[in-house]
Amino acid sequence: MKFWKYLGLRIVTWALTILIGVTFIFFIPRMFPSDPVESMIGQMQARSGSMDPVAKEALRTSLRVQFGLEGSLWEQYTSFLWKGLLHFDFGPSLMSYPTPCTDIIKRNLPFTVGLSLFTTIVAWIIGNFIGLLAGFRKNKRSSKILEGIAICIYPLPYFIVALILQIVFAYVLGWFPLQATIVYNQSKAVFVGTLLKSSILPALSMLLVGTGWWIISMKSLASTTAEEEFVLYARYRGLSEGRIGYSYVFRNSILTQITALAMSIGGVFSGSIMTEIIFGYPGVGTLVQGAIMQSDYNMILGCITISIVAIATCTLIADMIYPFIDPRIRYS
Amino acid sequence: MKKFWKNASFRLKAGLIITLFFLVLGFIIYFIPHADPFPNNIRFKNLPPSKEHFFGTTSQGQDIFWLLIEAIHNSLLIGFIVALIGTVVGVLVGLTSGFVGGALDRILMLVTDTFVVIPSLPVLILMTSLMKGNGTVFLLALVLAAFAWAWPSRQIRSMALSMKERDFIHTAWFSGEGTIQTVVTEILPFALTWSLSNFMNATLNAIASESSLAVLGLSPGNLVSLGNMIQWARNYNAIMMGRWNWILPPILSTVVLFIGLFMLITGYNDYMSTKRGR
Repeated sequence: MKFWKYLGLRIVTWALTILIGVTFIFFIPRMFPSDPVESMIGQMQARSGSMDPVAKEALRTSLRVQFGLEGSLWEQYTSFLWKGLLHFDFGPSLMSYPTPCTDIIKRNLPFTVGLSLFTTIVAWIIGNFIGLLAGFRKNKRSSKILEGIAICIYPLPYFIVALILQIVFAYVLGWFPLQATIVYNQSKAVFVGTLLKSSILPALSMLLVGTGWWIISMKSLASTTAEEEFVLYARYRGLSEGRIGYSYVFRNSILTQITALAMSIGGVFSGSIMTEIIFGYPGVGTLVQGAIMQSDYNMILGCITISIVAIATCTLIADMIYPFIDPRIRYS
Repeated sequence: MKKFWKNASFRLKAGLIITLFFLVLGFIIYFIPHADPFPNNIRFKNLPPSKEHFFGTTSQGQDIFWLLIEAIHNSLLIGFIVALIGTVVGVLVGLTSGFVGGALDRILMLVTDTFVVIPSLPVLILMTSLMKGNGTVFLLALVLAAFAWAWPSRQIRSMALSMKERDFIHTAWFSGEGTIQTVVTEILPFALTWSLSNFMNATLNAIASESSLAVLGLSPGNLVSLGNMIQWARNYNAIMMGRWNWILPPILSTVVLFIGLFMLITGYNDYMSTKRGR
């Protein structure tokens, strides 16, 4: 029964997090003095001369409806929760009017999710493997070199690593395209080929940063575990190094890393946004950037709402898997 | 001092030296009188490095060396302001929540947990895109600080909770010290070591967030920061033109500064933990 209580509590937290987060992003824009409708009308007037007052009023009303700005603040809030949060309906995108934001986000989301998921998992596996070796044999020269490399890459912001890779591999060496170029309208093979070629650099730059972190944290975990008394006992028993490494050190250190995996999802998502922008990779990041450039608030709000829901959900899933892996933590 | 230097690990020493180097660049060299590097078109454009302009000039005729010094100054300043606000608020909230307990604790922790879980970059993007490059530096620092307090307050709270049960705290209670006095004289010294490490970490994070926002074009347009300098160079196609004297200085400075700060933080943590163990 304790498990169900844990689960219920965890789900309540999940829902509350999303609710508070979404409430937050609903009220922030309304606290700022700038009014997106007025600034849009101003832009139109600057481009095409002054407008007939009646037509302007009609335009203002219809824009207010599309931005979800009609009615009292409470009505706006409930309708935003109902439409935006429960049905993912954020109204039409203003930069590619009248396509709904959701359609465009749906088109871009798989790229971001694919990139983040692939790099998170691969970085976690590689990083923990290297970190385990480095921590288990921490006095070897190779361990120190590997950790040194990790320390030099991990603290860097994602976009800096992306920028350096872009300069070195795309500009100086010319092995990859400077900007992602994915061909949709030809055969499937061409699409997959261009997709892979465009994804290598973004994936590599995210892998480098991610792996760096797992190496550093796993190394410190493994080296503390390796000094525990039960490991010493295993040595006295004459077990092989491989057996000690796997059954004693690895299995005890990996648990912390699974929790850390859940915590890292938000960071990876942000990293993906920045990396996409550097490489022009067609995910949510480039979408957000385009929306900012063209003041498409519906789109910005849509992308952010979906990312909050996605990150909170991923964290929830990772948290729920955890008790199944570590029997000691179960139900508490 | 001598003893510290003997005990310090290589990592701590290297981090300290690199960080000091940037502090000197940003807060001493910065104040050497020089012409304002920012205005366009008062110098020749695209000059190569020379005695007059150490790193040459940009395609807008800006002096790259002094622009870089100003960028380091501003980036560090933003980092320090954000870290200061975040750490102070975090310690206050954490201590209050841990010591007062009850309903207040639950409410504070709900808000804190939400801020820990909510992805900061998307919300920062939303807030700064409403300012759209017109915000002031102070406003930007405040916005960044909104996400810098939650993590420390959580850590400090759990520290306070475990402290509350220690003997010396009970002694302080029984000898008639008030809550505030107990917290200030008994708990704060413990929290300070941790806060210093958190302060450096928050500085690093704030500089990273500011430069990420700059790449999105969301940092104030007149703010000379490391991120904005990289963004301007990208905008004017410095990479395509092969203007390495323009694009590389801000990138390399960011890289070295971040590695230095990170080494300082981890080195400091290791140093403090061995010191405690002795």
